[in-house]
Amino acid sequence: MTGFLQSCFGNGMLGTYGLAVVSTLKVTLISFAVSYLLGLPLGVLLYGTASDGIFPNKPLSTVLDVIVNIIRSIPFIILLVMIQPLAKIVVGTKIGDNAFIFYLIVASFPYVARMIESSLREVDRGVIEAAQSMGSNNWQIVTKVIIPEAKPSLIIGAAIAITTILGYTPMAYLIAGSGLLGQLAIQYGLYRFDSKIMYISSLLLIILVQIMQVVFNYFAKKTDKRIRN
Amino acid sequence: MIELVNVSKTFNTDDGELEAVRNVSLHINKGDIYGIIGLSGAGKSTLVRCINFLEVPTGGEVKFQGVPLSSLSHKELLLKRRSISMIFQGFNLLSQRNVLKNVCYPLEIAGVPKAEAEKKAVSLLKIVGLDDRLKAFPAQLSGGQKQRVAIARALATDPEVLLCDEATSALDPNTTRAILDLLKEINETMGVTIVVITHEMKVVEKICNRVAVLDHGVVAEEGLVSDIFTAPKSDIARELILPKSAAVAEVKNGKMIRVIFDGQESDEPFISNMSIQCSAAVCIMGANTEDIGGKAYGQILLRLPDDPSAEARIMRYMQDHGTKYEEVTTPAVEEVMS
Repeated sequence: MTGFLQSCFGNGMLGTYGLAVVSTLKVTLISFAVSYLLGLPLGVLLYGTASDGIFPNKPLSTVLDVIVNIIRSIPFIILLVMIQPLAKIVVGTKIGDNAFIFYLIVASFPYVARMIESSLREVDRGVIEAAQSMGSNNWQIVTKVIIPEAKPSLIIGAAIAITTILGYTPMAYLIAGSGLLGQLAIQYGLYRFDSKIMYISSLLLIILVQIMQVVFNYFAKKTDKRIRN
Repeated sequence: MIELVNVSKTFNTDDGELEAVRNVSLHINKGDIYGIIGLSGAGKSTLVRCINFLEVPTGGEVKFQGVPLSSLSHKELLLKRRSISMIFQGFNLLSQRNVLKNVCYPLEIAGVPKAEAEKKAVSLLKIVGLDDRLKAFPAQLSGGQKQRVAIARALATDPEVLLCDEATSALDPNTTRAILDLLKEINETMGVTIVVITHEMKVVEKICNRVAVLDHGVVAEEGLVSDIFTAPKSDIARELILPKSAAVAEVKNGKMIRVIFDGQESDEPFISNMSIQCSAAVCIMGANTEDIGGKAYGQILLRLPDDPSAEARIMRYMQDHGTKYEEVTTPAVEEVMS
């Protein structure tokens, strides 16, 4: 038993796990935050410019749609390789945490935009029409009606987005980012046949996803005033 | 106050063009409670949305206080909409805002300071009788309460006109009556002109002074409610006015007549007296009457005995009493049945 624990957590592995959890959280949260900042306006545009949107614009809608679809159809691992030159220009390096965050953002913001678009679509047309009948302009409708009305759904969407980003993190091993949880799992499990560490790293990933999901669901429920109490 | 001149609205659908509204011309005066009635699909909702340009007409002109809405810039139109409020069948409250914040919304977008807006909202909620539910969310309210909040919200910007799109169609009869009373009160005390879209003749009868009957996007008939109610000329008006229960009854030999009550004493047993004095039994095929302040309003559909002399006695009785009636021919009733 002691030998087993020793092989799992000895030789400084405990510290490695701790660092990995922190790095994973850091990379995930930063990528998510930036993806959301980019995805929110894009999602609003996707929603608003559609033919049944509140400011229909066929050409813009088509262009945005195509761009989002193209980025989303490229598998992350391939996109990561493809945009390495771009990373060199934007963050000054192709490898390491910062470059990896850049790859995650590029891969995630179109996904986030689609999630936001779909949340906004759930808002009752009647409520928007009522706002229009009161003389609201489009900016007021977006900021005071559509986004607040969609809030619970947006929070649930954000939870899905953040766990998806977390799911991308193991691929950091490709570009030698610092030790993320997923990277540990791959390095030890795949390359060194040390399945114990792979399982522990994966378990930690699962726990992280669970925590995030619980937290987001709590807030989604708490903010939703449609629930009778 | 509102003038529609040859207003048309055509939609381009996958199945080709759909003419929802065709050459509608109406004149709504200040202080009117104007009814627009029709069956579903008649174009009522599209027509009412042309009045505030939520639907831009494809033909004709909408004038509000003499100004053609099409001549306004988008910004001016948004400002104008503060004078033309609207309430809806589905209430359309903001589900994530409480009652007070819902009523504040139109003031908020108009740039009214928060404290002032809240004060105004509270006073309006007092008028609609909901000042004790300020912090409640729409999900915690009943349908009637939601519509009251919607009415308070619609009044927040001191509108000249209130458009009601099937505002009582989702409500039970008692709540409907209460909401209609409230609308009437608002019309009388605040001088707000009201346009009521409905498929229910009862609603028109209860509060409107003028009515337009819409059928397949065209105005079939327009005029004072009392005139149209006592002597409908178009088939569609007849269909809307005839009690629905007539459709269930079997129409056999005797003549059918429609007796109209437009303010007789409620406590006079009119049909019984007639039956006794004429010594003729009649069959009530359908009725739709209401007691308003001790006066009877509405109509009763009677089948007379298949006996010419009894029939003549009844007709004479009604003429002697100045009661309005009209003969309903069997084909007309069958038309209702189909």
